[in-house]
Parts: sequence; structure tokens; C-alpha cells
Amino acid sequence: MSAMTVAVLVEHRDGQVAGPTLENLTLARSLGRPVAVWIGEEPADDAVASLGAHGAEEVRWVELGGTARLPKVRSAALAAATTDTRIVLLTSTFLNKELAALLALATGAGVVVDASGARIVDGRVETEQTVFAATWNVTTRIVAEDAIVALRPNTTQAVALDAPATAVLEKVAFEAPETPESLVHVDPVERGEGVPLSEARVVVSGGRGTNGDYTLVRDLAEVLGGAVGATRDATDEGWISHEHMVGQTGTTVTPALYVGCGISGAVHHRGGMQASGTIVAVNLDPDAPIFEIADLGIVGDLNDVLPQAIERLREHKGA
Amino acid sequence: MRILVTVKFTPDLQSQRSFTDGSVTRTADDGSMNELDENAVEAALQLVEAAGEGEVYALTVGGPDAVAAVRKALQLGAHHAIHVSDAEIAGADVFGTAKVLAAAIRKVHDEQPLDLVITGMAALDGLTSMLPTALAADLGWAQLTLASSLSVADGTATIVRHMPDAHETMSAPLPAVVSVTDEANTPRYPNFKLIMAARKAPVTQWSLADLGVDGASVGAIAARTEVVDASEVPPREGRQVVTDTGDGGVVLADFLIERGLA
Ligand SMILES: Cc1cc2nc3c(=O)[nH]c(=O)nc-3n(C[C@H](O)[C@H](O)[C@H](O)COP(=O)(O)OP(=O)(O)OC[C@H]3O[C@@H](n4cnc5c(N)ncnc54)[C@H](O)[C@@H]3O)c2cc1C
Ligand SMILES: Nc1ncnc2c1ncn2[C@@H]1O[C@H](COP(=O)(O)O)[C@@H](O)[C@H]1O
Repeated sequence: MSAMTVAVLVEHRDGQVAGPTLENLTLARSLGRPVAVWIGEEPADDAVASLGAHGAEEVRWVELGGTARLPKVRSAALAAATTDTRIVLLTSTFLNKELAALLALATGAGVVVDASGARIVDGRVETEQTVFAATWNVTTRIVAEDAIVALRPNTTQAVALDAPATAVLEKVAFEAPETPESLVHVDPVERGEGVPLSEARVVVSGGRGTNGDYTLVRDLAEVLGGAVGATRDATDEGWISHEHMVGQTGTTVTPALYVGCGISGAVHHRGGMQASGTIVAVNLDPDAPIFEIADLGIVGDLNDVLPQAIERLREHKGA
Repeated sequence: MRILVTVKFTPDLQSQRSFTDGSVTRTADDGSMNELDENAVEAALQLVEAAGEGEVYALTVGGPDAVAAVRKALQLGAHHAIHVSDAEIAGADVFGTAKVLAAAIRKVHDEQPLDLVITGMAALDGLTSMLPTALAADLGWAQLTLASSLSVADGTATIVRHMPDAHETMSAPLPAVVSVTDEANTPRYPNFKLIMAARKAPVTQWSLADLGVDGASVGAIAARTEVVDASEVPPREGRQVVTDTGDGGVVLADFLIERGLA
């Protein structure tokens, strides 16, 4: 089979390319000829360069302002940039699942979301996925000719090309469609320091057991270079903002390391973190369900265990 | 205010969920209405209560056991229940399921217009979150997804949705399809009277023929994806649980250092 064009929708914040996009470009290289699709203001040279270094031969830019927030406008932009591509890869977020569905409705493509990998078998895309709170592995074959796959962050290692390569920036002609939905108001969320929760290699989460004080959880996250997560109970209490919630209805995370502190491990929470590489839990209750899925469980008070662990890790880092 | 809520029959989250021949195993004793659809039913009931008039329809598409999902909606206070079941629906993907739901919704809407269709944000068995979009497209109605709050006034629905980078307020003219998150409300508990009434309440049963839908256009043959393999993830090996006897923090730190995670 000749190399098919594989489009990767670029996630970007403040002009910077997000990590999962580079992961998806790396995966795209194993499927065909990668092109990147950039929706928004014109990408800066360094963004184009980083996409090129990860395999994008072209960066197709669709210029869009605030209306890019409307799912139908955004999906029309993606469609305009992918008329010649058989495969479209996205990062699995709630917004992108909606885009995937809209694009599939327009093209007849088959869709898999929350995938952890994709390959070509007998001319069709096959994907890997874990479902049911990461208790089952499922292989799905996209029987339709066109495929759209939304991939979870941290499931492919981003690797730059050996040889330096440059991507060509091309502007795609696009006129935003009228939509029955309209955007009334946008209230930006203050972005925290560091990588977003969904993309972090390390996540340290605190639950009800923190009693509302996230100092130790934050300190541990800091020394491990990770992001801070929380349970629904903690965000409901207003101890920490909603963006930090890990779980089936919050953010799904698949970091190399997940540390759960004062978290019981309810099925809703587990559904969003059970596929993590290594899982460590600290909980007073030896019967907490989170211990059933932890590689290391410490039965103890987080107020004793965490300060000691933080001190030891700081020493290690300083050494 | 006339609102239809789509509710899905899903395996109980606490039960051992599994696959049989590429499909999610569903049986009556360990399944019920998708938990997130309780928020959809609640949103509909609250809007009708606020309007002081109106009706709530609960609709499910699924095998014989799926009737449990609409019975649950009746227990919560829905006024009418519809169960679409047909052997030819087996193996349908999200687009096929949407087509069947849309045909049933059109049938209700043609009799007397609906103002809204409300769905859950995701089915906790598959979590695709794509059905609301496919359904709105099939109906040709506006879609407002992932609403953490919803209001209706002057023929317009307005929602707020929490995206990672911003809280967005969006609106669309009625009739519209709205999907609600678990933040939208706190579902009520069914009271005894409603539970008893729901047991005897009639459930409208429709087949594909009743809806004028061709089975070949929605079932397994039409599906764009197919599960080719499913296997249970083996339990994590070498798990250890250590009780803190004064050095728990050191044990934790050393474990991370040994694994190269710190
Ligand atoms: C539809 C629906 C969707 C949901 N979605 C999500 C979701 O996406 N994410 C999510 O997280 N939840 C979700 N939930 C809520 C979920 O069911 C649980 O209620 C929640 O995860 C529990 O949070 P928790 O572990 O912090 O609290 P608890 O269950 O109260 O557990 C607190 C734990 O802390 C331990 N503890 C107390 N003090 C200490 C101490 N000093 N040191 C160490 N340990 C201590 C206790 O032993 C206990 O195990 C959802 C619920 C519903 C109904
Ligand atoms: N078979 C079905 N019958 C009725 N409603 C459904 C069905 N499948 C999905 N839904 C609705 O669509 C929502 C999102 O489901 P999904 O896109 O499958 O994650 C659910 O919360 C339900 O409201």
C-alpha cells in the first residue's frame, strides 16, 4: 500500500504545541505520511518546526478566531483540511470526541475514541483500547475505509525524527459555516503552572482524606515534577477546582506514576486512572478499594507518610 | 414543556463487566439505567416542574432487558416510557443506535412536538460520548453538549459547559438535543409511590418495522467498527501493601527511586 496521508489535529495552548500532539505525530509516522492540522491564529515558526521535527511534512493552517470554540465550526475546519486523508488522529478529550463524531457524520468514517494505539492490518485501521475502568483490553477494527482515532495522552512515546526535517506551512481556504448554536460568553479558566493534568507523566491526587489541605499533595507533586489531581468529593467540597478532578466524568489520566492520597478508590475514580503505569496509594483504611489496584499501598496517615516521603525524595534529588 | 430523555441500559458499575462475542454482556440482574442518565431525567423533571406543565418521555434502544432502564426513569418520575427492541439492532454502532433513537423521537415529535431531547453525557459502559452528536445530526436539530447547567426561556436553550481552558455559555433554538453532565444536578431518589406505580405502568414497545427503519441500515452490517478481540487485563503483579510503622514515607520514596520514577 502506498503511504496514506494521516492527519493529526494539533492541540496548542498559548502558541505552544501540546505533548500529546507530538505523540500522535510519532504514531502517525507508523501509519503513513503525517500532516498536521492547526486551527486558530497563525502558528509561530517554532511550533511549525517542532511539528516538522516530529514527522509532519505539512502544517495545514485553518485561520479561525473565537468561533473555533463552536464544535460544528471546528469540525468543518478540520474537514476542510483533511479532504485527502484517510486517517485522522486526535487527542481524546470530550471536545475532540464531539469533533470526531461530527467529522464521521460528514465523511462516513469509523471512529474509535480513548484508544491507546493504532496500526494498519490488511488495509484497515485497528485500534487498542482499555475499557471498563481498564479491566478489559479491546481490539477494534475500523471496517469503514476512512478512520478517525482519538488517542489518550501518554500512550505513545513522542520521538523526534533522527534526521532534521522541516514542515511546510500551508493555509487552507475556509469559510466558517453558520451554526444554530451560538457562543454567548467565554469565561477563561486560570491555567495553573506546569503541564495539564491529562498530559502529566506523574499525577499526585488527594481525596477526602486530605481534609481540604492540599499542601502535602502539592509538595509531593512538585518534587516528582507532576500535576495535582483530586476526587469528586474534594472538588464538590470546593477544596480544589473542578479542572483537577480525575475520573470517568472528570479527566482520564494515564501517567507513568499515579499517587493517590486519602482516596478510597471508588469505581468512578478508578475509571479515570486505573490504566496508569505505576499506582501508589496512601490510605488509613487497609480495606480501601484503591489498594486492590495499587502496586504499592501504604496503610497509614497521609499526614505522617507524605512529609517523610517528600523529605526523602528531596534529599534524593539534591544528591 | 415536552421533553424526551434517552436512557441506556448498562451493566452495573460494581458488577464484573465483560464481553461476549464482541459485545458488552448485558443481563437484567446486574444492569440498570446508565447512572449518568439519572442526571438527564432529573434535568427534564426540573424543567417541567419549573414550567408548571409538561411531560417527560423516557426512551431506550436495546434488547429485552433494556426495559429496566425506562422503568427506572418511570420510578424517578418520567410520565411515559418507550422501549425500542429488535433483533436486527444487535451489533449497532453509535451511528446505527442514533438512527433508531431518532426515528422513535420523530414518531413522538410528529404526534405532538417536543421542545427538547436530553441525554446523559456518556454511557458509563463505553464512554464514547458521541451519541448525542450523532442523534442531533440525524434529527437535524441543534446540539448543546456537556451542559453543567441548563435553562430554557423564550424558545431558546442555554447551557454552561466547563472545558479545561474556559467555561463556555452557549445557546440554541428549540427543539434541541442537550447532553448533561453529572454536575448539572443531584438526581432525586424515587419515592415508594412512584416505585409501585412504575411496576404497573405501561411501556410502549416498538420494533424497527413500527419505525419504518431498515434493519440493514442500523445493525451489525452497517457498523463502521467491529470488535475483533477482547481480553481481561490480568491483575497487577507483585502488588504490595505495607502498614506504616513509622517509616512508611521512606518505603514510598525508596519504591519510587528504585523504579526510576523519582
Ligand atoms: C455519576 C457519578 C460520577 C462520578 N464521577 C467521579 C469522578 O469522575 N471522579 C471521582 O473521583 N469521583 C466521581 N464520583 C464520586 C465517587 O463515587 C466517590 O464518591 C469519590 O471518588 C470519593 O472520593 P474520595 O475517595 O476523596 O472520598 P472517600 O470515598 O470518602 O474516601 C476518603 C478516603 O480517605 C481515607 N482517609 C481519611 N483520612 C485519611 C488520612 N488522614 N490519611 C490517609 N487516608 C485517609 C479514608 O480511609 C477513605 O478511604 C462520581 C459519582 C457519581 C454518582
Ligand atoms: N441504546 C441507547 N438507548 C437510549 N439512549 C442511549 C443509548 N445509547 C446511548 N444513549 C444516550 O446517549 C448518552 C451518551 O452515550 P454514549 O455516546 O454511548 O456515551 C447516554 O447517556 C444516553 O442518554
